[in-house]
Amino acid sequence: MSDKRFLNGYDVVLEACEDAEATQMFGYPITPTTEILSGWINKSLQNKNLHCLQTEDEVAAGFAVCGAVMAGAKAFTATAGPGTVLMQDALSMAEGMRLPFVALIGQRGGPSSGTVIYSQQEVNLSIHGGNGEGMRIVLSPSNLEELYSLTRKVFNYAYKYRFPSILLTDGYLLKTRQSFSLPETKIENQKLLALVDETSQKNIRNIYTLEKELMSELEKNKQDFEEMSKEIVEFEIYSSDVAIDDVGNLVIAHGIVGAVAKEAVDELNKQNKKVALFRPVSLSPFPKDELNKLAQKIKNIFVCESSLGQLRDLVKQNLEYEVKISGIFKPAVGVEAEEIVDLVLSNK
Amino acid sequence: MSKDAKFCMGCGHPIILQNLYKILKNNNEDQKSVLGLDIGCSLLAWDFLQVNTFQTHHGRVTPTMVGFKRAKPEALTFAYTGDGGAYSIGLQSLLWSAKRNDPVTVIVVNNSVYAMTGGQTAPTTMKNQITLTSPVGNSEEPIDGLALVRAVNKKAFVARTAVNNPKQLQEYLQKAIESQKEGNFAIVEVLSYCPTSWKTFGIGTNNFLEGLKNVFVMGEY
Repeated sequence: MSDKRFLNGYDVVLEACEDAEATQMFGYPITPTTEILSGWINKSLQNKNLHCLQTEDEVAAGFAVCGAVMAGAKAFTATAGPGTVLMQDALSMAEGMRLPFVALIGQRGGPSSGTVIYSQQEVNLSIHGGNGEGMRIVLSPSNLEELYSLTRKVFNYAYKYRFPSILLTDGYLLKTRQSFSLPETKIENQKLLALVDETSQKNIRNIYTLEKELMSELEKNKQDFEEMSKEIVEFEIYSSDVAIDDVGNLVIAHGIVGAVAKEAVDELNKQNKKVALFRPVSLSPFPKDELNKLAQKIKNIFVCESSLGQLRDLVKQNLEYEVKISGIFKPAVGVEAEEIVDLVLSNK
Repeated sequence: MSKDAKFCMGCGHPIILQNLYKILKNNNEDQKSVLGLDIGCSLLAWDFLQVNTFQTHHGRVTPTMVGFKRAKPEALTFAYTGDGGAYSIGLQSLLWSAKRNDPVTVIVVNNSVYAMTGGQTAPTTMKNQITLTSPVGNSEEPIDGLALVRAVNKKAFVARTAVNNPKQLQEYLQKAIESQKEGNFAIVEVLSYCPTSWKTFGIGTNNFLEGLKNVFVMGEY
């Protein structure tokens, strides 16, 4: 691409939100996503169609997003850590009412206020943080190009399928500054229609009198989610020059650990180790069929992540074959390529 | 005009809702109106009137309607809530919306208890009032939510009335709508019947309401 620019993750996310034709943002300052809030405010000074409200807390930000999308505006919020906890209230309503809620989450260390820049500990919270069994789309980018394209996708998926959609990133990627170019293929924007307007009378509820009414709603949601999954499930299988059929070992990682794992796979392949990377891009829906296709042939899985095992648990939930699983589990701490190389080489 | 009420016998909610609807209909503003509902007895209004409605979460109707109004300024947006939703779990958002002077209209139905859950102590429960969670009488004085709102917003329309003052109820709701149209926040608190939680009958229910008027100052703030 000719339009290479030197940008950081915040710039990329903000550009993606603007290109997605988002007009309303609601947010509360919290590291490491504050720059998305302040950045959008700065954008709104340049572009009169963009609006931003710094709310009193993340709860209000989330519900204001719910209200704005019901009125037909493309709206989003950005939050992190304890803010992601508070955001569950609104996300749960969005699940229950099938609202096209978009949240950009910059994971930080936990529990409690933890650390402020990086972790991969908000996977479970992002996928399963609501009460009941609502369904959400969760995408995990590994570099700036994906930060852009997946931000565009969370908006489009939210509006097309009406499930709350989360871009799950972290402060390291948001603060990364590197060469960036827009995708070569133009991404079309999905239209958002108002759920409530003067053309018809609607009475929308999220609480049910009868248990069976709720159950049938949830069954329908589940069916819709499964049908949608075939269309949006996303993953990457990577190895330098080893045929996938010949691979005996699989490293599984997501987000920026997925990017690091590529370096490790390159090094291992150089040393004639038959290893590939499986990188789920959509954590929800999880690329189950693709994982199992690989799992039929492999002997070892190495899950590498900056958490005590949230990705490993996802893998285990989806794996239909008996494969030995080990890995690197470093809560809120980055994973280095050398560690992954050592882990795979030390496996007998 | 409305479906059968799902509220308890003697509840004040249908009176408030039908008066609101009457005003909107007369003003020819029913179609551009959106009624957001807090969780509590307010949620039962979800299919009661011929206007657009949606339920939200407990304490969250105000920020939801703030989002709606910002996205669609030409809509008339109402946040319909009980006293617990407004002054306890939702107080932070209520006050900040008032402080920002968001052009939304909040209607608070004050029956002095958490009624949907069976009659527990609310921020508006009177001193010595007996509830399920104050079995020997409430030790606290009730909160005056309207005084709090007025303290952070001088432009808002702020008023309290009661379901057995329908003329004043209509007047205040109309003024609250005007306030929203002028770009200002508005809050109307309505003292309302809850014979189920109060365990009152007949004239006793009306007497209880009259007692509330002695504690909560009626009129414009």
